[in-house]
Amino acid sequence: MKTTDLKRLASGADGRSAVAAASLPDLATSADLLDIAVGTVASPIGDLIVAVTPRGLARVAFDDEDLDQVARELASALSPRVLESARATDQVRRELGEYFDRRRTRFDVAVDRRLIHGIARDVLAQTSRVPFGRTSTYGEIAGRIGRPRAARAVGNALGSNPIPIVIPCHRVLRAGGALGGYGGGVDRKETLLALEGAMLA
Amino acid sequence: MVVGVTRGVPPFQQFLDANRTTVYRFLQVAVGPHDADDVFQETFLSALRAYPRLRDGRALDRWVLRIASRKAIDHHRAGSRRATPAGEVPDRAVPFDDPARDDELWRAVASLPPRQRVAVVHRHVLDRPYGEIAELMGSSEEAARANVSQGIRKLKELIA
Repeated sequence: MKTTDLKRLASGADGRSAVAAASLPDLATSADLLDIAVGTVASPIGDLIVAVTPRGLARVAFDDEDLDQVARELASALSPRVLESARATDQVRRELGEYFDRRRTRFDVAVDRRLIHGIARDVLAQTSRVPFGRTSTYGEIAGRIGRPRAARAVGNALGSNPIPIVIPCHRVLRAGGALGGYGGGVDRKETLLALEGAMLA
Repeated sequence: MVVGVTRGVPPFQQFLDANRTTVYRFLQVAVGPHDADDVFQETFLSALRAYPRLRDGRALDRWVLRIASRKAIDHHRAGSRRATPAGEVPDRAVPFDDPARDDELWRAVASLPPRQRVAVVHRHVLDRPYGEIAELMGSSEEAARANVSQGIRKLKELIA
């Protein structure tokens, strides 16, 4: 026997480890050890990355951020127990799919607001009340949170929205109907408003 | 910033992706193909449980191999399931170059005492240095060397 023969016994481990690793997220969920499940869903505005915790949806990211980067941010902000899981992200992926198919006008998925801080908490709470197909303005939102002169701060808070689409910051425009900014780029904002039939002439 | 990235604990998925193949190679030979999946899951669930307490993202490969080594040894100790070493010889669903010769090798490896088997795998499958094997197995370097050499001697006795 040569000691090098022993390496042959380990052959095929790469493929088998991939299969074994794929069942880990479900086992982790059963053991209450999965703090953050990440997944992706295709959409007309590019693949979306979603992150779900036991409390609900914590993050939606556009594909100009990569999955590893989003996972790293979540790991340092919430918990490093991050795993990719289609099953654990199933509800939000399904609801987003229905939204883009125009079969859904509001989201039922629970939301985890732990990544929302400071003034953004109030701003995004008000933003969540703007219904599908309607729009509001930075000034209106500022008024509703009791800070009528804080339109700029409202804009910044909307730009920091960790859960775009589901918290519909795309429905908040500048006074007079100009689109204003969008964390995911103005093109995406326009597409979302058009999908909702809220595009202004 | 760079320091934070190198020392921070990566998301578990990245840690899993980076280490799963090495851990599986170790376990496939250390506990046998039949039980490798179970011990692999136990290893990574155990790692996941402890993961938020880690403060340093360096040397995670050695950390998880240490867990896997412990699990492999515990597995054999718990193992009245290991009634016959022949039970560890893979069925033909697992492809090998020379089935007859590897069956003999599998039987010989399976007959080793757990610590010798684990040490031999670290040394001759994963090519780890003795100092590291000692660390992985919580033993002295002398004990690691002894485990490897006794294991190899026994394998050579069993297989001409």
